[in-house]
Amino acid sequence: MSFEPVIGLEVHVHMKTASKMFCGCAVHYGGEPNHQVCPVCLALPGALPVPNREAIALAVRAGLAVGGEVHSRSVFARKNYFYPDLPKGYQISQFEEPVITGGGVEIEVDGEVRRIPLTRIHMEEDAGKSVHGEEEREDESHMDLNRAGTPLLEIVSEPELRSAAEASAYLRALRRILRYIDVSDADMEKGQLRCDVNLSLRPTGSDVLGTRTEVKNLNSFRYVEAAIEAEIQRQTGVLEEGGEIIQATMQFDPERRTTSVMRVKENADDYRYFPDPDLVPLALDAARIAEVRAALPELPAEKRARFEVEHGLSEYDARLLVATRPLADFFEAVTRAHGDAKTVANWIGRDVRGALKERERDLEETALTAPALSALLKLVDSGRVTPRSAREVLGVLMDEGGDPESLVGERGLEAVSDTGALEAAVDEVLAAHPDDVERFRAGEAKVLNFLMGQVMRRTGGKASPGLVREILARRLEG
Amino acid sequence: MSDPLGGVAELRGALDDRRVSAVELVRAACARARALDLNAFTHLREEAALAEAEDSDARRARGEARSPLEGIPVALKDNVCQAGEPAQCASRILEGWKSPYDATAVARLRAAGAIVVGRTNMDEFAMGSSTENSVHGPARNPWDPECAPGGSSGGSAVAVAAGVVPAALGSDTGGSIRQPASFCGVVGMKPTYGRVSRYGLVAFASSLDQIGPFARTVEDATLVLEAIAGHDPCDATSIPEPAPALAGALSGDVSGLVIGLPREYFASDGADPEVLAAVRTAVAELEQAGAKTREVSLPHTPYAVATYYLVATAEASSNLARYDGVRYGRRAERVGDLLDMYRRTRSEGFGAEVKRRILLGTYVLSAGYYDAYYRKAQQVRTLLRRDFEEAFAACDVIATPTAPETAFRLGERAADPLRMYLSDVFTVSAPLAGIPALSVPCGFVDGLPVGLQLMGRALDEASLLRVADAYQRRSDWHERRPPEAA
Repeated sequence: MSFEPVIGLEVHVHMKTASKMFCGCAVHYGGEPNHQVCPVCLALPGALPVPNREAIALAVRAGLAVGGEVHSRSVFARKNYFYPDLPKGYQISQFEEPVITGGGVEIEVDGEVRRIPLTRIHMEEDAGKSVHGEEEREDESHMDLNRAGTPLLEIVSEPELRSAAEASAYLRALRRILRYIDVSDADMEKGQLRCDVNLSLRPTGSDVLGTRTEVKNLNSFRYVEAAIEAEIQRQTGVLEEGGEIIQATMQFDPERRTTSVMRVKENADDYRYFPDPDLVPLALDAARIAEVRAALPELPAEKRARFEVEHGLSEYDARLLVATRPLADFFEAVTRAHGDAKTVANWIGRDVRGALKERERDLEETALTAPALSALLKLVDSGRVTPRSAREVLGVLMDEGGDPESLVGERGLEAVSDTGALEAAVDEVLAAHPDDVERFRAGEAKVLNFLMGQVMRRTGGKASPGLVREILARRLEG
Repeated sequence: MSDPLGGVAELRGALDDRRVSAVELVRAACARARALDLNAFTHLREEAALAEAEDSDARRARGEARSPLEGIPVALKDNVCQAGEPAQCASRILEGWKSPYDATAVARLRAAGAIVVGRTNMDEFAMGSSTENSVHGPARNPWDPECAPGGSSGGSAVAVAAGVVPAALGSDTGGSIRQPASFCGVVGMKPTYGRVSRYGLVAFASSLDQIGPFARTVEDATLVLEAIAGHDPCDATSIPEPAPALAGALSGDVSGLVIGLPREYFASDGADPEVLAAVRTAVAELEQAGAKTREVSLPHTPYAVATYYLVATAEASSNLARYDGVRYGRRAERVGDLLDMYRRTRSEGFGAEVKRRILLGTYVLSAGYYDAYYRKAQQVRTLLRRDFEEAFAACDVIATPTAPETAFRLGERAADPLRMYLSDVFTVSAPLAGIPALSVPCGFVDGLPVGLQLMGRALDEASLLRVADAYQRRSDWHERRPPEAA
């Protein structure tokens, strides 16, 4: 019997607000432990929470961006459990009445586009951080409550994902939307995006759900994929041996790439949720929602469609260019300065992205500016720089910045268009490769490319390709 | 022993005429607090209060008195936070903890020039009706030291009744201001829910808790209420309206005002007949003054105590989770693992009544019981609120006994929690409905005070104060002094 995985993700993201969810403490990373705290987030006796308006606006923005329903009434609820990093002994979250329900995220895997429906999006607060056995003594635990109260969105997908690849694509698509709309930086390394995976198996084609397990707290795309693969494998093994899946919380061991049971859920956890009596139900009137909607930036899908129409790009190019908002904005800025969208799209889609990949960097982390790239492309257009030299300049512009024209001069990268010099180079190449010349003359046209390459190499890539081709053709025919 | 302090109006006159200074008042209050053997105070801050009194005297000398409360000594129930002071809530678990911040009500009192002299005894975390559930031992009723002062704000009621301070703050969740006011023969008021900020009030049951004043006269209570009321952005449940001006309500004129008498509260088996008689006499006095009376009905009253103990304990079980020994207060020593630390810290730190309520509240919110108890209680709460809305269509205020009896003897109910809970029968409905209510002295039975409770429409503190003040103009119960404080 073959099995089909049924996967749903619960994603927690830190919202990009200046202050915490229920108090005025600053939200930023790397502060001295327990210095971004106040009576409210320390849960001192008598302190009371007040919801952060900015966080509410961001939650609504996220809801609108995924096409969810924004509820005019939602309720903050207490999730009660004891843990030292949870100062109040409960987390303020939303339960029966979340701010957003529904919506979906479009993913593409192996050329197939699917919309993954969302169950809900709600607001909550993060816990603090435990620091175990560092510095002083191994048997001590310390609490850093700087993070306690940081605004979170929990985004819950329907169990509609069918593979690790789909889960990964979903996470990336979700992260891209959240970054586009500036709701979160969603940096997994900083713990701004964390993911829990719910996974069960069922016989392929069946519509009955199997017993699910939950793999908690995955903090990189690679781990999410690897944990899903591992858990599918584990559950398949159990089922194939006639065993039964036990509902449990699992942990993933990234080194061994295996999942193991952390805690068996005999009964569902009882968090004794109830509406937080310190907070009144959140009322969002149509005007407030409209205000957020009006400020909603263009989303990736809309931008892609516009790029196709407005700039005449292929769907493929448009899709590449909207991958991140900085990249899309960069494309438009260069196009405005340069004039030819197609050329710009080609360069950004191929060379800029390639150079970024080599450097393992994001565009915003380089020194490259739109005016500089535009100027460089104009040098290529006029034939003053060969594409190959331009790629070299592009690298410099990324790493150090500068003016393309001066860089070309300083590095002697002007295209060689001195016919005499090129003719000499062509003659040397033909003399060195008599066999290839024979083959060309015998009708093997593609040998021309090889000979072109040889000439280019001899000139250090600075030869104007058009001129070389012309001279070669003349000599070979002559 | 120093003499009892007069009321705010009297002290204010003496301060204005330089017959007394704020420094002298603070000294007198502290001396008296120490001299009386009533266990009303858990902490005196004499030194700090004297320094503040000096500043206050200087302000007055410059003609910069901040309000009618300038230089007036007041006391705080030990669950209302003041910066730099303990707020132990009569619990072992908050041993040694000092608040780094002022409750909004305290900040406002101090901004008005009032001087906090100390903190008063209470039932642990405001859970109780006798001030016996205190790590400091019970407070005593100045009318009979063998009797309870009521609770949970017993210490504040005693401090005012015994003339230590002319006014004090308490907190009321199910009657914790009004019942001790009744037992000690003083005025105590629970404002409309949201009228006074809860920021800095150590939570018992968030949807019910309100800070309110104790004083010997309605006039003094009104001054304190005006100082502490009004919207506070630090409390999301605070009513977004400025503090009401209430002094104008104290005209003594109640002609045409309709007083509702709910038949469920006057049932012959519901209260001590002599208490009922005293309340009826007081209502008759108000009729003499021009008020009208009519019978009304609050049909869901029999469910109020049960509803109250479900809602209040559910919220308390969650509100008290923060006392875990991790960040502040008391942590059990030599603990094993984390769970052991929680268990022992909380077992050692909380008293029996607090534990009972945490257990009850945890049960009420548990999966499988939530609908039957918590949700059902919320539904009944809505019905109770509607009862009042309907009753107030036919009357302006509702008059009842504050408590079904006068002060009971210390120890008499300690072993019978259910009977203790039932002493709240007349006071729990107002907080469940969120409406204002007060208790004003209306007589004595066997030498112990009786309280008249007045309940009003939400935000209509003015009518309650008008009626209670009119009654005090026509009675002298509030001028009698308890023997222990003579």
